[in-house]
Amino acid sequence: MSDSPTEHAAARAADRPMSPFLIWRWHVTMATSILHRATGAALYLGALVLVGWGAALAGGPGAYGAYMGVLGSPVGLVVLAGLSVCLFFHMANGIRHLVWDFGAGFRPRTADATAWLVLAFGALAALGYWAYALLGAR
Amino acid sequence: MTSYRTPLSRVRGLGAAKQGVGDFIVQRVSGAALVVLLLWGLASAIGLARGGYDGATRWLHAPLNAAGLALIIVVAVMHMQIGMREIIIDYIERTSTKAALLVLNTFIAWFAGALGLLAVVIVAIGSR
Repeated sequence: MSDSPTEHAAARAADRPMSPFLIWRWHVTMATSILHRATGAALYLGALVLVGWGAALAGGPGAYGAYMGVLGSPVGLVVLAGLSVCLFFHMANGIRHLVWDFGAGFRPRTADATAWLVLAFGALAALGYWAYALLGAR
Repeated sequence: MTSYRTPLSRVRGLGAAKQGVGDFIVQRVSGAALVVLLLWGLASAIGLARGGYDGATRWLHAPLNAAGLALIIVVAVMHMQIGMREIIIDYIERTSTKAALLVLNTFIAWFAGALGLLAVVIVAIGSR
């Protein structure tokens, strides 16, 4: 060993891993983790929209018509479309979390692949759902 | 009287508290249930959006539909309350703000659950 003790110490300090709680590099698994919480918070509001729908229905034809009018407005449709993306993503990523709970799927390559998979599923499932709802099966 | 026993020595041998993982399990079971319930709900929503007030009322008069929607509301409220609590605990540092938000979260979740269930009951057993 030709290295001096001080050189060893410097090399060790440089190799030392950073805290995983520090964002030192954006990564897809981190993005899905953050998005899981963000979409969960959005779906909190989505649940209130659903409860509001029930309350409007219980309120009678007038209240129901007004509520559906708001949901069917351009702003309402954008909100509903956003919520559907959140729901499909959160659902798929939630299943990914359930698989993790059984100790499977943690290998970096697997975790990366499933991260991209749930992201794609969130967007494509929502797209397919709206295409079917608006154009398909009358 | 001052005890010189450490906290660890006092609890050692007493076994687990048995409820520490309660929310953890509820969150996962409710999540799994919501996958099934919401796929059914999403499929039903397409018809509901087309059927208008009469269609929606008729739909909710069917006991299975009423039970399904009631389940969605109850399970979703459980799931969202635990999830939002986790977010609040993780990101809000000030004790007073954290406590206020946790109470608000509880109130919103329980109110949403009560209102949603009541609405289902009113429509399901109401006149056609």
